[in-house]
Amino acid sequence: MKPKVAFYWCASCGGCEEAVLDLAEDVLPVLEAVDIVFWPVALDFKEHDVEAMADASIDVAFVNGAVRTTEQLRMARLMRRKSRFVVGFGACAQQGGIPGLSNLTTAAATMQEAYGEGTKPQTSCPVNGYALDLPTLFDTVLPLDRAIPVDYNVPGCPPSPKIIAGALQAFLSGTLPEPGSVLAPDRAMCEECPRRDSHPNELRLEHFHRVPEIAVDPEMCILAQGLPCLGPSTRAGCGARCINGNMPCTGCFGPTSKVRDYGAKALCSIASVMGCNDPAEIDAALEEIADPAGTFYRYSLASSFLERRRMEV
Amino acid sequence: MPEEFEPRIVAFFCNWCTYLAADLAGTSRIKYLPNAEVVRVMCSGRIDVQFVLKAFAKGADGVLIGGCHPGDCHYQEGNYKCLRRFRLVQRLLKQMGIEQERLRLEWISAAEGDRVRVVINDMVETLKRLGPAPKLVEQAADLSEVSA
Repeated sequence: MKPKVAFYWCASCGGCEEAVLDLAEDVLPVLEAVDIVFWPVALDFKEHDVEAMADASIDVAFVNGAVRTTEQLRMARLMRRKSRFVVGFGACAQQGGIPGLSNLTTAAATMQEAYGEGTKPQTSCPVNGYALDLPTLFDTVLPLDRAIPVDYNVPGCPPSPKIIAGALQAFLSGTLPEPGSVLAPDRAMCEECPRRDSHPNELRLEHFHRVPEIAVDPEMCILAQGLPCLGPSTRAGCGARCINGNMPCTGCFGPTSKVRDYGAKALCSIASVMGCNDPAEIDAALEEIADPAGTFYRYSLASSFLERRRMEV
Repeated sequence: MPEEFEPRIVAFFCNWCTYLAADLAGTSRIKYLPNAEVVRVMCSGRIDVQFVLKAFAKGADGVLIGGCHPGDCHYQEGNYKCLRRFRLVQRLLKQMGIEQERLRLEWISAAEGDRVRVVINDMVETLKRLGPAPKLVEQAADLSEVSA
C-alpha cells in the first residue's frame, strides 16, 4: 500500500505550496509513490474527509505556515491526531516566519492597521437566523511546534527543491534521522557559499549598507561589502539562492542545531565583525541597521527566547 | 503590608577583572545588596546575546555585565566585542518593549571592589523604581477552548 500523505497550510503566503509544485517533473515519481489524501490548495478534499479518517492513518502530514488563528490551531491539532508524522514545512512553521513579526504588536493593532476606520471583520455575526463565524486572530503568532508536537522540520522560505526532495526521499526510504531533527545539513550557509573564497580572514566593518544604497559587487563576499549578510549564523541547504541573486542572506533556514535563539546569534555575529571600538562610532554604525528585530529575527521572532514584544496588559 | 519588590539580577562577570573585583569586595567585607546572582565567564566577549535574552525570558528583572576596562582585556579586545553587542542588543530590547536600563554594562577592574557595591546597589535601586520586568502577556484567545 502506498504511504498516505497530506499537505496543509496555516499562516503562510502560499510560497511553500508553490515550492512543492516547483519540483516540476521531479514531483511525478513522488506522486506515483504516495497517495495524497488531503491538500486544500490542489485537491478537493474537505475537513470532514480528514475527520472521518482513523487516527494516525495518514503517514506524513506536511504542514506549512505559523499558527495565528483559532481555525489554524484546530486544523493543526486535527492533522496531528490523524498523522503518524507531522513535518513543519518552511520557515513559518519552523520558526514563525514573516507572520511571526506580528509579535511586535497585537491582534487589535494589526486589525486597526489593516482596516483603519473601515468595517472590521467580526468573528461572529447573525445572518437570517444563522450564526456566521470567522476565526479569531491571536495576539501571539506561534511556530507550529508551540501548537502541536512536530516530528521534523524542513526549513526555508520556501524550502529549496533539493531539500524537499531529500525530505520526501527520507520518508519514502525510511532513512529518517533522530526525531526532532531539521531535515537539512547541520552547518553554516557560508560553507556552501559560492563566494566563500572572497571572504577576508578578518572583517572590520565601519559601516552598514542596505541593498539599494550601493552597487553590490557580484563576485565578492556580501558581508565584506557591508551588507548584514546572515550566512555565518544560518543553516546551509538553500543552495545560496539569495547570494546567487546578489542579495544578502536573511536567515530563512534558521539556526544550526547548536543555536537556540537564531536572532541573538545573528546579532552577535554582525556586532563581532564591526571595526569600531569607540561608543560614538559604534552607535553611528548601528544607526545604519534601521530595524534590528526585523533584520536579525526576520523569520524567527516567534521562536526566540522573548517570543514577542512585552506589552502593557 | 505587601512585601517590597526585590529585583533579581543575573550578573555576568569576566574572570579577570570584575569577578576578581567582586572577590575583593568580599575579602574587604564590603556590603552590597544580595539581589545579583553572579555567573563567571572567561571574558565579557564570551557573553552570547542568547545568555542575556534567556535570562530575561526566564524572569530576570535586570542583567548586569561586568568586564575589563577598554584596553585592559586579557584577550586584547573581547570587551570591545561585548560593547558592540551591548549597544546593538539595547536597540533590540527597545523594540521588544524591555526598558534599556534593565541591561547594564560596566567596566570594573580587579582593584575596584567598592565599584561592585556601588553598581549593584545602584542597579537594584533603578530596578525597584522600574518594577518587575514585563512578563509575557497571556494569549487573548484561550487556546484550550479550541478543540480538534
